[in-house]
Amino acid sequence: MVQIIGCENRLTSIVRLGISDRLEEFYNTMNAYPGLPEFDYLKPETYAEASEFLVTHAGEARPFIGGTDLFVQMRDRVLRPKYLVDVKGLEGMDEISFDNSGGLTIGAGVNMNRLIAAPEVAEHYQILAEAAQSVASYQLRTRATIVGNICNASPAGDTIGASLLLDGMLNIYGGQGMRQEALSTFFLGPGETILQTGDIVTSIWFPRPPDGVKGKYIKLGRNKLSDLSIVGVTAVGYPDADTVSGTHFKLALASVAPVPLVVEKVGEILGVTPVTEETLKDAAEAAMEACTPIDDVRGSARYRKLMVRNLSLNALKDVWHQLSLLNA
Amino acid sequence: MGFHRINLTVNGEMEQVDVTGYMTLLDMLREKLVLTGTKNGCAAGECGACTVMMNGEPVNSCLVLAVECDQALIVTVEGLARDTQLDPIQKAIMDAGGVQCGYCTPGVLIASRALLDRNPDPSESEIRAALVGNLCRCTGYIRIIEGVQEAAKM
Ligand SMILES: Cc1cc2nc3c(=O)[nH]c(=O)nc-3n(C[C@H](O)[C@H](O)[C@H](O)COP(=O)(O)OP(=O)(O)OC[C@H]3O[C@@H](n4cnc5c(N)ncnc54)[C@H](O)[C@@H]3O)c2cc1C
Ligand code: FES
Ligand code: FES
Repeated sequence: MVQIIGCENRLTSIVRLGISDRLEEFYNTMNAYPGLPEFDYLKPETYAEASEFLVTHAGEARPFIGGTDLFVQMRDRVLRPKYLVDVKGLEGMDEISFDNSGGLTIGAGVNMNRLIAAPEVAEHYQILAEAAQSVASYQLRTRATIVGNICNASPAGDTIGASLLLDGMLNIYGGQGMRQEALSTFFLGPGETILQTGDIVTSIWFPRPPDGVKGKYIKLGRNKLSDLSIVGVTAVGYPDADTVSGTHFKLALASVAPVPLVVEKVGEILGVTPVTEETLKDAAEAAMEACTPIDDVRGSARYRKLMVRNLSLNALKDVWHQLSLLNA
Repeated sequence: MGFHRINLTVNGEMEQVDVTGYMTLLDMLREKLVLTGTKNGCAAGECGACTVMMNGEPVNSCLVLAVECDQALIVTVEGLARDTQLDPIQKAIMDAGGVQCGYCTPGVLIASRALLDRNPDPSESEIRAALVGNLCRCTGYIRIIEGVQEAAKM
């Protein structure tokens, strides 16, 4: 298929298409907002059926939940699957459950508004709700899901940092039945994950978070609300008697590396000596050094690096402040 | 590519429609049911002009497949008024001067109605947050927000 590059004028694109190309391609060059390309829709009743279809139609079929990433990529002709497999009706997809020993399980079909409104999430996993709240708009969040956000594997995914820092694990149905995969080893590159053809993520699971955990998500976008991040910083901290400082900190960065990035060094720096303004600055500096951003339409690499340092400091300070209120 | 037969309720009326897998809810409403109140501004979830209620919650109908709406309850801007009686949100936004060209209005009305359904007494910042996904290039938003505040009092 001919690729149409944004800065080319339409005439050049049309000439490049050649006369034998399909009328639809011509139409799309003239239409700023083409509709979805043709595909067929399937709604299997069981995981086995869904997974088998994805395997027998490898390269032609994709699973989807909210479609808020997939449909836009298809509209823009980045992806052109022949079949979309709607998995959100499958067993357990719609469930959200929490118990003190077992942790939190969020079905892959649970939309972000439901996640934000769930009392158990607000009480124990506040940073996850805060991150989800920063995604797009209310009406988009009626459809968007946290599992879709993760499977899409954009380095900008807003809920990924919180999910990583809360030690999320994905429950996956695949050829060998059910298995669990840690999020920490899930991402391979932009849009790339360890998922195999036929794999369907059924839910995400979080262990019960450490007592007294506090968090902060700072999203720098081009506007205040409803845009993808230029830089995203998630910080969490909790009292930890095993560290010299008495506190364990963790930090994750969005949009500044090919994959969502956890900066291990932050925990080390803020663990071995008492937490002060100076050590917080050192940790923020380490975050800046760890990231490898690129220039794109939303910001330059240099700007991103500097913002990582400044916003990491703000996020860590905020968490530190929340923790000191806890001790007061 | 085959057609799928779906049954759904749109503005209180039962409908049976044959749709392709790739037809959006937006296109089905406008082209099959001729409910052209719902607008297409971007077809990408950005502008909110296509917002309709699906099973009581607002969605961007440009990012929902029609075939996903089998057995769904859909309310569009045409379904807000009862007979000749406008919904309070319609009257309040009109009275506040929250309509100029009107292109964003159907989406604004649905998103605002949905907000008032889940939160009958929203603060200004809650109204702003609920309307983040509804772009308006005419009004500057202030009068829309005033309209929602007025509707909350009705
Ligand atoms: C206007 C707009 C604004 C946006 N703003 C933001 C934002 O501010 N922040 C942000 O992070 N994102 C944003 N997004 C992106 C998107 O909304 C989110 O990433 C969302 O969480 C995706 O969830 P979904 O259920 O719609 O995913 P889908 O589109 O259904 O799926 C995403 C990907 O995951 C795969 N997949 C889906 N389900 C499964 C499964 N169960 N098993 C295996 N693979 C699966 C699909 O094949 C696809 O590749 C925005 C999108 C739009 C259109
Ligand atoms: S047309 Fe659906 S959000 Fe713009
Ligand atoms: S009134 Fe014109 S876009 Fe809102």
